[in-house]
Amino acid sequence: MNKAELALEVAKRAKVSQKVAKVVVDAVFDEMEKALRKGERIEVRGFGSFVIRNYGSYQGRNPKTGEAVSVPPKKLPYFKVGKDLKERVDLKG
Amino acid sequence: MTKADIVESVYEKVGFSKKEAAQMVEMVFEIMKETLERGEKIKISGFGNFVVKEKRARKGRNPQTGQEIEISQRRVLTFKPSQALKKLLNA
Repeated sequence: MNKAELALEVAKRAKVSQKVAKVVVDAVFDEMEKALRKGERIEVRGFGSFVIRNYGSYQGRNPKTGEAVSVPPKKLPYFKVGKDLKERVDLKG
Repeated sequence: MTKADIVESVYEKVGFSKKEAAQMVEMVFEIMKETLERGEKIKISGFGNFVVKEKRARKGRNPQTGQEIEISQRRVLTFKPSQALKKLLNA
């Protein structure tokens, strides 16, 4: 499923136009992106949470040439699945 | 930030009531949950992909007692941020 298909499903269920549904779906991910850019933690109950994790620099290697390269420090979002969703996704759920 | 902040933003962008905005935001996450529950992945361009991965059963160890235990077969949800999002975070 992609963003357009997600919006289509929202339109169907909420009985709103596809245009409105698109605005809603875009707003959801735009807001989350904004929060992450500010380094804020996001918590969506029943779904999961996102936190920014800081990674230090390290010496890596170009896997093709074997050449040593230094990898600069970086920030990456980490997603922790919520308990409810974790159980629903798992086979046992 | 929480769901309430997302609802606020949706409320400002579409001309619906707060209650309706909240219901639609709730719906977005519920549809995503149902999709992932079916084992289907979700690709949000510019944000990232949510992918359900099948994990095989494996032998593990209780780190406290050292006792060997069987970790059962399972499905886990992973999130892979998009290149675009990674770039934005490190700009």
